[in-house]
Amino acid sequence: MSLRAEHELHRRRAGRNIGLALVLLGFIAIVFGLTVVKVTSGNPMQAFDHVSRPEIIPGAAPAQGD
Amino acid sequence: MTDASINTQTSQPEAGFGDYVALLKPRVMSLVVFTALVGLLAAPVGVHPMIGFASILFIAVGAGASGALNMWWDADIDAVMKRTAKRPVPAGKVEPGEALAVGVALSGFAVVMLALASNLVAAGLLAFTIFFYAVIYTMWLKRWTPQNIVIGGAAGAFPPMIGWAVATGGIGLESVLMFLLIFMWTPPHFWALALFMNADYEKAGVPMLTVTHGRRVTRNHILAYTLLLAPLAIGTGFTSIGGPVYLAVAVVLNALFLIGAVRIWRRDEATSQDDKYKVEKSFFGLSLLYLFLHFGAILAEAALRPYGLGGWG
Repeated sequence: MSLRAEHELHRRRAGRNIGLALVLLGFIAIVFGLTVVKVTSGNPMQAFDHVSRPEIIPGAAPAQGD
Repeated sequence: MTDASINTQTSQPEAGFGDYVALLKPRVMSLVVFTALVGLLAAPVGVHPMIGFASILFIAVGAGASGALNMWWDADIDAVMKRTAKRPVPAGKVEPGEALAVGVALSGFAVVMLALASNLVAAGLLAFTIFFYAVIYTMWLKRWTPQNIVIGGAAGAFPPMIGWAVATGGIGLESVLMFLLIFMWTPPHFWALALFMNADYEKAGVPMLTVTHGRRVTRNHILAYTLLLAPLAIGTGFTSIGGPVYLAVAVVLNALFLIGAVRIWRRDEATSQDDKYKVEKSFFGLSLLYLFLHFGAILAEAALRPYGLGGWG
């Protein structure tokens, strides 16, 4: 028996690895798809970032000169 | 990998990818996907297809995770019952600890991802469903009370509510009715199965109604739940998720279901044994069709709505 003998066990492990790889790839695709949809669906994207931004306060008066 | 690893398989056969999939109860998952999808599509608010797809997937993963936790906890009784002896844990393909790890990890994953994909109400409902199935049903009720499947049936009834919550962000009368439809359907469905699979549950020491209170009482219970289910199922037809198509389907199916339940109720053990539980088996088959067609009709109403045909106009 050669040292590189293919065993049923190796086949099963390979199947498991490929299966897991496909699951992870699918997960990446879903997270990417969700991100694209959430970013492009028109919801307000700004939030508090340690700087006062009156335009993100609901009901606030528009800035002078508008 | 060294060749020494070849020898490790003599004591414990290594699990293949399919064994981990089997841990998630794919058949139960397919029912969950279907009912959650109907709940989502029947809701009055539209959802972006990508968000809808991802949400249904995470609901299915959550349901699968609770299935893995169920297999971890119930490995001892699964090994005794013919129907479940080939599941990955009792068959020795997956270690109990692995099933627990898969169940816990996927539960957390599914709930967090559903919250991110849709909203906190849907994620909260999914978390509660997993808790309800794994802890309340599997660990507590299943081995303790013959009403196990009545209360445990609630776990299987939540998916359409979660689907509805994905779309609306809340709970409505219609989503509660879809919940009740599955909740009230579960006892007659399972007790019909228990009538012709009794030996299995008895061997495993699971307090099925057939074991604790006898078959006569079980037959009475099947009829009682079917009687309660009929007005509920038909009444749903007059809400916003119902319509002429649903109502027609519900009237026919509930009439057939009631006839089946009355036939089961009128039979005794000797008659049933003589024809090898023919009526009970056909009632069980009808129960599968019953649920599928009710939700299929709700789906049909939702699909017809954009053309001005679904619902009550």
